[in-house]
Amino acid sequence: MNIFRLHYRLERKTIGFLLAIVGVASIGGAVEIAPLFTIHQTVEDAPDMRVYTPLEIAGRNIYLREGCYACHSQMIRTLRDEVERYGPYSLAVESKYDHPMLWGSKRTGPDLARMGNKYSDEWHVAHMTDPRAVVPASVMPPYAYLGRATARIDDLGLHLKALRTVGVPYTDEMIANATADAYGQAAPDTPFAEGVTKRYGEATNVRSFDGKVGDPTELDALIAYLQILGKLTDAAHRPVAAAGE
Amino acid sequence: MIAQLTKSERQLALVILLAITICGLAMGIAGRDDPLGVHGAIVILAGLAGIFGVIYAYYEPEPSEARLALYYDDPSKVGIILAMGWVLIGLFIGDWVAWQLVFPNLTFDAGWSSFGRIRPAHTSAVIFGFGGNALIATSFYVLQRTSRARLPDQLSPWFVLLGYNLFCIIAATGYLMGVTQSKEYAEPEWYADIWLVVVWVAYFIIYLRTLVRRKEPHIYVSNWYYMAFILVVAILHIVNNLAVPVSWGHAKSYSAFSGVQDAMTQWWYGHNAVAFFLTSGFLGMMYYYMPIRAGRPIFSYRLSIISFWGITFMYMWAGSHHLHYTALPQWVQTLGMTFSIMLLVPSWASAGNALLTLNGAWHKVRDDATLRFMMVAAVFYGLSTFEGSFMAIRSVNSLSHYTDWTVGHVHAGALGWVAMITFGSIYASVPWLWKRERMYSDRLVEWHFWLALSGTLVYVFAMWNSGIIQGLMWRTYTESGTLAYSFVDSVAAMRPYYIARAIGGLMFLSGAVIGCVNIWMTIRAAHQPADERLADRPVPRPAGVPAFQPGE
Repeated sequence: MNIFRLHYRLERKTIGFLLAIVGVASIGGAVEIAPLFTIHQTVEDAPDMRVYTPLEIAGRNIYLREGCYACHSQMIRTLRDEVERYGPYSLAVESKYDHPMLWGSKRTGPDLARMGNKYSDEWHVAHMTDPRAVVPASVMPPYAYLGRATARIDDLGLHLKALRTVGVPYTDEMIANATADAYGQAAPDTPFAEGVTKRYGEATNVRSFDGKVGDPTELDALIAYLQILGKLTDAAHRPVAAAGE
Repeated sequence: MIAQLTKSERQLALVILLAITICGLAMGIAGRDDPLGVHGAIVILAGLAGIFGVIYAYYEPEPSEARLALYYDDPSKVGIILAMGWVLIGLFIGDWVAWQLVFPNLTFDAGWSSFGRIRPAHTSAVIFGFGGNALIATSFYVLQRTSRARLPDQLSPWFVLLGYNLFCIIAATGYLMGVTQSKEYAEPEWYADIWLVVVWVAYFIIYLRTLVRRKEPHIYVSNWYYMAFILVVAILHIVNNLAVPVSWGHAKSYSAFSGVQDAMTQWWYGHNAVAFFLTSGFLGMMYYYMPIRAGRPIFSYRLSIISFWGITFMYMWAGSHHLHYTALPQWVQTLGMTFSIMLLVPSWASAGNALLTLNGAWHKVRDDATLRFMMVAAVFYGLSTFEGSFMAIRSVNSLSHYTDWTVGHVHAGALGWVAMITFGSIYASVPWLWKRERMYSDRLVEWHFWLALSGTLVYVFAMWNSGIIQGLMWRTYTESGTLAYSFVDSVAAMRPYYIARAIGGLMFLSGAVIGCVNIWMTIRAAHQPADERLADRPVPRPAGVPAFQPGE
């Protein structure tokens, strides 16, 4: 019962008690979180992984702004039914550039980790404008106003710069051309479009996502983001042995 | 409020308020093209309102020295009123958002009212607005009684209470404008986070200064929990919110962590927000108000030591059970599951300690709805910690994760435990604080109790049903080995349960409205004039408050 006697003394010391709380409470986090930064196997290698384009970042920020994560996960678990329903299970590397991650905790709607290219742009436009027009039993709120709002792209260079500060490998060229690239990605017939594929790869989606010409709308940006989900790398589609290490 | 500040405190208050106004001005100018500018305007308004308030009462006579012989309870009074205001806002938005899942067009084609924006407004209003204000108000009350020392000064408690509410307002208005980090329960952006750190440091210093001046040799159990709440929430908040703003003129920031590390940090935070905000703090409340209301000493001193250190140590490991079967390394998942199961021991030690404290006072539980609130809270605490440990088992989690079962579990804890213990404590302390003999109406407390309990049960049963049905539908196969249901089949199957849940929430909300009316009538009751003799004093031992001697 010495331990209780020890405590009997400890609870008379304010500072000692406070330090004890901090010490005892710090252990769990230190043991579980710190190694995730140092153990290399935690995140797979994916040399083909590309960064988000400025327009996709703008779309991702709309996804964040609207709180989509409250109902949609982006994390396919290693369970048979999930893999058969949504596609290959998610790898850590696939959200390597996600600040913050959007794995989510609730599926009021389906998982979106492999949403890219699953539906056409037209489907997304119709669905965002009135979800029940395409999915009668849906309980998703309508997002018609996104199609009416012009996306803010003039400050995307600052966004890319902040992302580089936290570790996403954007080049100076990408940062300098962020606004032009955001415009060009949704305007394929303009001179700005070429720079997008030059900087982000031939496979980048360059098209008018909402089907309208002119400045990209928030709907353009959001669909550009949705159409790239799960498409930044092929790592998840390769055999497990190659994805490991 | 201001009349109780000394001259130098009034001057200091002006300086602080001026600094706040200037910060607001800077935010407004730098963020003029951004929601940050709107928040700048809100901060300026708050600062100016404070300045006018102080100037208005600046030349009132200073408080007399006699005040030092009394406890300082005005911040607790205002804190309780603010908590009841926030609970109405939070429950109303919660029920609205619940009806949106039945009638999705309840957003009126606007951005601010869509599910994704008002859902964090609901969670923040109830957790931080209601829970946080109740914790600050009761912690000041309990700290003074159990230390037999007055708060160190008159200004800093107001700074903490009002500063904290400024944080809550910035958070809630921010979500409606789309300002969010999209980290669950840590949605406020960088500038709100920095402000909360400032407020929190002041809160910690009040605690420290009062404890150092205490006239009791031992620090009482409640204060262990309140201190763990203050300290660990600070650690969690600072680490999880590390971020780089786009610029000084942008509300938007990018989290310092990404992917798997961010997920682990977020759920280390998220689960321990449950542990140290919604458990530790409220256990502190329970350890004070329940024994006093029951007129019984705490059942076991040793059990409270075991459960306190068990909770403080083990909870911090449990966050990874939110990430079973994900891309988080298996060893972290396993650690999280193991500690989650072990957590049942200290959790049930607390719940058992609380319920055994009622031995010899069960007739009071029958007659007194206030004590019954606390008793039911302890029962729900035991039930939801059991459920939590159960759901943390990997194979159970494969079914329950991503479903409404989680929502039901959270509400069993939030409505059944957190809100019930808070209502019980508030009903106990309102007559003490306003020096009335009793609440305005005991019948209304009964009504509140039964509405709250039945609302919680309807809610939780609805979500158990919907969650388990969802989880089963997602994994059901046909005989030919294909998935039996499309996702939208499971959405359609939820409708009756979503209706039931929204009705349960409405019952809980109605109870809270009744509670507010009752508290308001008690405060303004003319037929029960304040009786100064009911004031308890720091020295000698306060009248009517039993000494905290363990029952062993």
